[in-house]
Amino acid sequence: MRGALHMIVYALFFYLFAGVCIASAIMVVASRNPVYSVLFLILAFVNASGLFMLMGAEFLAMILVVVYVGAVAVLFLFVVMMLDVDFAELRQGALQYLPIGTLVGIVLLAELLLVVGAWAIAPHVADVIAAPIPPFYSVSNTEALGQVLYTRYVYFFQVAGVILLVAMIGAIVLTLRHKPNIKRQDVSQQVARTKADAIEVVKVKSGQGLS
Amino acid sequence: MSELLLDYLPLVIFIAVAMAIGAALLVVPFLVAYKQPDPEKLSAYECGFNAFDDARMKFDVRFYLVAILFIIFDLEVSFLFPWAVAFGELGLFGFWSMMVFLGVLTVGFIYEWRKGALEWD
Amino acid sequence: MSETFAVRELVPVLPEIVLVLGAMTLLMVGAFRGERAVASINWMAILLLIAAGAIIVLLPAERMESFGGSFVLESYARFLKLLALIGSATAMLMSLDYLEREQQNRFEYPILILLSTAGMLMLISAGDLIALYLGLELMSLSLYVVAAINRDSVRSTEAGLKYFVLGALSSGMLLYGASLIYGFTGSVNFAAIAKASANGGIGLVFGLVFLFAGFCFKVSAVPFHMWTPDVYEGAPTPITAFFAAAPKVAGIAMFMRVAIDAFPNIVPQWQQIVIFVAIASMLLGAFAAIGQRNIKRLMAYSSIGHMGFALVGLAAGTMQGVQGVLVYMAIYVAMTLGTFACILSMRRDGKMVEEISDLAGLARTNPAMAFFLAMLLFSLAGIPPLAGFFAKFYVFLAAIQAGLFTLAVIGVLASVVGAYYYLMIIKIMYFDEAARPFEPMPYQLKAVLAVSGLFNVLFFVYPRPLVEAASAAAKSLF
Repeated sequence: MRGALHMIVYALFFYLFAGVCIASAIMVVASRNPVYSVLFLILAFVNASGLFMLMGAEFLAMILVVVYVGAVAVLFLFVVMMLDVDFAELRQGALQYLPIGTLVGIVLLAELLLVVGAWAIAPHVADVIAAPIPPFYSVSNTEALGQVLYTRYVYFFQVAGVILLVAMIGAIVLTLRHKPNIKRQDVSQQVARTKADAIEVVKVKSGQGLS
Repeated sequence: MSELLLDYLPLVIFIAVAMAIGAALLVVPFLVAYKQPDPEKLSAYECGFNAFDDARMKFDVRFYLVAILFIIFDLEVSFLFPWAVAFGELGLFGFWSMMVFLGVLTVGFIYEWRKGALEWD
Repeated sequence: MSETFAVRELVPVLPEIVLVLGAMTLLMVGAFRGERAVASINWMAILLLIAAGAIIVLLPAERMESFGGSFVLESYARFLKLLALIGSATAMLMSLDYLEREQQNRFEYPILILLSTAGMLMLISAGDLIALYLGLELMSLSLYVVAAINRDSVRSTEAGLKYFVLGALSSGMLLYGASLIYGFTGSVNFAAIAKASANGGIGLVFGLVFLFAGFCFKVSAVPFHMWTPDVYEGAPTPITAFFAAAPKVAGIAMFMRVAIDAFPNIVPQWQQIVIFVAIASMLLGAFAAIGQRNIKRLMAYSSIGHMGFALVGLAAGTMQGVQGVLVYMAIYVAMTLGTFACILSMRRDGKMVEEISDLAGLARTNPAMAFFLAMLLFSLAGIPPLAGFFAKFYVFLAAIQAGLFTLAVIGVLASVVGAYYYLMIIKIMYFDEAARPFEPMPYQLKAVLAVSGLFNVLFFVYPRPLVEAASAAAKSLF
């Protein structure tokens, strides 16, 4: 009895997350204001994270919130604000691509249905699975990732580090620009300043003043 | 699996309560507030002047640089979580593997510091 | 499989490690010494590329696997890695003078080239889909940045942006395909995919199609070629030379490795795609190039066509076909780099000129350059006895032996049409009214042009070393 209730609640949440996710994805494309688009994108991310959670992928769900909602979406907002394009005007042109876009979408959907219809996983899958997923009750999702990511998959891990390095270099190469003739604060110089080189005590004879 | 999900029940209740309160605060004014709009009340107010131009203006590209550098370090830190959780079982190899990863990104960090990417101007 | 790795496993990865560590060291040198160190960083980068090549030559010759099969080094990888390194090092050498004169000497440029090359090497050695994707991203991310590195030029930034947006799209398709393949076979490892895909299945074929679409984009094969002309035209010229050589080698390498290693059981399915792509690329390369006025755009269409010819060898799906592709890529790299050495020396009054009409009467103003360029163009057109002819000969031969007669015939026709625009340039150089002479060529370009010109002219005298190396490499893949 209790198991059945679980299943119902589980299904309820699945449809809630999936439905809101798809609806907000549509709104990302359809809304007029690009800032709203980004906000709907955030909603889509949060719901996708809920879906991950339902599958037991705790770590991925949290990373999706932390990295995508917390950082990538903010970056998108910056870009939207930086571009200064009249999106409402752009969108009017977009309508004429609607038929061809819909056509491509329908073709892709049909293909996907075909794939799902012919869903047959290769019979030898069990032989080739590299690292079986450890059961949930013995280790947490995060721990299971940690156990393989840094040792068994060390090559991927390090290459990911190098890719992040390239991203860093790229961002700086393309966007960093120093304005000339700007007065900057040099903290070390400030701190190193002593009384000797800052103040001069001048003895002034009375009645003569300073010339 | 359902044990895992049950751990998140408080979070679900919290979100539900927050949404209920948020929705109530949005909806109630529509129902009970006294409304008498006129054009002057609804127009944009800019220190006594009519609005000069669109409120949206170009952002400086430097915001973007700061944001992307933040994302990179955000990702770097997110790699630390599974490492920290599984630290006890990883042994020396896992430790040094993370140190090399951090080393690569520290090289990037020194580069960005020296280039002055962390300064605003 | 043990959970940790012995130091021994790092041996095959040594060239990549050298490149990445070298790039990081140079980055630190650049960060602390600033733009003063640019000249030495440039030369150090070239030395590092050569050092990586030397390590590849010195490593033991047998097949080596590291990291549980994620990284594979055999004769095939060795051959293509050397080729990619030659392409990168030569492109780097050719850019020295240009960067100096255009005052774009930034120390990040050689570093990005090094990291991109490291990505290519990883891509060539990738033994599973994750390693493939990571190598590809490392390569492409650096390429996007170097395409836009002249950030004050609208054309360069436009090239970078277009390349990035379309490249990201293609990466998305590739990942989608990879996830489908993983979903249907339960593994990312090529050998395991081959084992699990014994009886095909429609889902797997869908994954394959998306994966190949991503590959086609990276090697700029039709119908995923549209970025190529704009990016070639907009990027600074030495960077275009770099784009035309090394990344193409890496792209073709991953294309062949995935096709042969991961899908040996569904050859007919992917053969169709490759045949279609090859025909479309050859024809588009031949016809679209005819109307071009800008020589960099012309080279873009030429490279699209050449990728089509190279894919003819893959379409055969045989060991001989792979050998043909390898020979083709080696000769293609030599021809392209030589031609770009000429394009890079088209400079008047301190400015680069890029129109084909600027070459008019080159035979009178600079007969040596005109001769070498003519040889290279004849070779690109595939006229015997130059190297380009043999390149095409090997792939067509493989296609015919695999029974793909139509493909071979279309290929020959496309190369006849393509010959028209190469000959057109030669006609302009030899028979048109002489334009003002170009500025004298810098010695690096002279050296590159001489080496590549002589290679093309004299290849038929002694083709054995290359052909045998390619044959050994092809054997190691099967």
